[in-house]
Amino acid sequence: MKHEVFEKNSILLLVGILVMVSIGGMVQILPLFWVDSTIEKVRGMRPYTPLEQAGRDIYIREGCYNCHSQMIRTLRDEVERYGHYSLAAESMYDHPFQWGSKRTGPDLARVGAKYSDQWHGEHLTNPRALVPESIMPGYPWLARTPLQYADITERMKTLRMVGVPYTDAMIQNAMKDVKAQIDPESRAARELLTRYPKAKVVRFDSRTVTEPSELDALVAYLQILGQMVDFTSFDAAGPNLR
Amino acid sequence: MSNERHVDQVTGVETTGHVWDDDIRELNKPLPRWWLLSFYACILWAVGYWIAYPAWPVIAGGYTKGVLGYSQRATVAREVATASQAQSGLREQIAKTPIGDILKSPDLARFADAAGRQSFAENCAPCHGRGAQGSPGYPNLRDDDWLWGGKPEDIMQTLRFGIRSEHKQTRTSQMPRYGLEKLLDDAQINDVAEHVLSLSGTNTDKGAATRGAVIYKEQCVTCHGDEGKGKQEQGAPNLTDKIWLYGSSKDAVMQSIRTGRGGVMPAWEGRLDPVTIKSLAVYVHSLGGGQ
Repeated sequence: MKHEVFEKNSILLLVGILVMVSIGGMVQILPLFWVDSTIEKVRGMRPYTPLEQAGRDIYIREGCYNCHSQMIRTLRDEVERYGHYSLAAESMYDHPFQWGSKRTGPDLARVGAKYSDQWHGEHLTNPRALVPESIMPGYPWLARTPLQYADITERMKTLRMVGVPYTDAMIQNAMKDVKAQIDPESRAARELLTRYPKAKVVRFDSRTVTEPSELDALVAYLQILGQMVDFTSFDAAGPNLR
Repeated sequence: MSNERHVDQVTGVETTGHVWDDDIRELNKPLPRWWLLSFYACILWAVGYWIAYPAWPVIAGGYTKGVLGYSQRATVAREVATASQAQSGLREQIAKTPIGDILKSPDLARFADAAGRQSFAENCAPCHGRGAQGSPGYPNLRDDDWLWGGKPEDIMQTLRFGIRSEHKQTRTSQMPRYGLEKLLDDAQINDVAEHVLSLSGTNTDKGAATRGAVIYKEQCVTCHGDEGKGKQEQGAPNLTDKIWLYGSSKDAVMQSIRTGRGGVMPAWEGRLDPVTIKSLAVYVHSLGGGQ
């Protein structure tokens, strides 16, 4: 074997390495884009509301993923504890996904609708007030920090560019929808629900403000986790069995 | 690079043939045989794996399924089914026995209690506490004071549909937000709070309590009753005992009048299976306060 030509030309060696690594990458990654069964066909998945999306950004900013995964694995102890195993379809609009493998805290893939908004608010502010044995840090500033969402429309447009199916109506109404999601029983909230079914309008007992805080956004996001897919119509057999 | 063999004289090892700076050479030390054999064995193993397990994507849109027919999702479904079958006798009986009768049957009650305890730790403890002792805003489930009823059937209904939850059949009621909606001013709220505290004998200002009693008659009796005993069908708490969901201080009572509170319990129907919900009701009932 004549290695000499590679060994004496560093640029050629570099190109050779890149070619080999690319082949490996292509074989592993590319088929996933064509295999039909990579993402299950499900009903109920929709893009995040503007407030949920803003909450997701806070989730990432605060590093929640360092301790919480969002991936219920196909193991009996996990499905009996957390509920139905996670589907690929459930994170298809996540950029980036939050699957994770580090569980200092519990998995959050189906935490939505499990606790009240009030609980999430109190727990995020001071976890040990409710769960004395918790080692989660408190995030007291979320409640008193107004949500910065002036760029939410641009963020949604960016997500649309990478494949999240935001409609024109969703993008046009983004600024309005942010406020609507903290205003229960309002007309704006009803309109929000026609655009984003199952969206949770955040309620706190003593709310008097109309501008959302970072806490509102994060709670709206947490409350939708794992709630979108209609599992009554999900066929666990057939092509989804793998 | 020359093709003639060259052996290093000091070590007696063949060199690779490279020569740098006239006389620097590199010993040829091939990979040990055991390493090479393991390497080839791994490649063989991979081929076997491809045949046995799902492995390669195919152009048609699927992937090779493997001769063993292995499926993670089928496996977990089977394991859950097997475990549930092992308990099937008791689970079926719990499913078809009314909850009141479960409590009368020691075998069923013991099983339901154990199942409920497990589920409580995962689903209920974050709000109600590990020992069901509750915390401000989240009721203590060990005492005999029940907002919506402490009979087994009442507890089960609360569990299934929740309180002020998203479920259509939820238990619901809403105390007016007297302060936030400016229905009462701060002085009036103070007086009502004094009156409310006087019902359990813990007030401090008699004059205020007397003034508060008048407002109480106008605003509060519909739900909390003339004597302040509350009404379970509306989830209106008994104000005459010393059990306080949001704290016994005057500040806490005033805050309740101001904001109307309105705690939410999620609905568990659909999230937990019916047997688990029934077991939870049995467990909660057995904590000591069940009626």
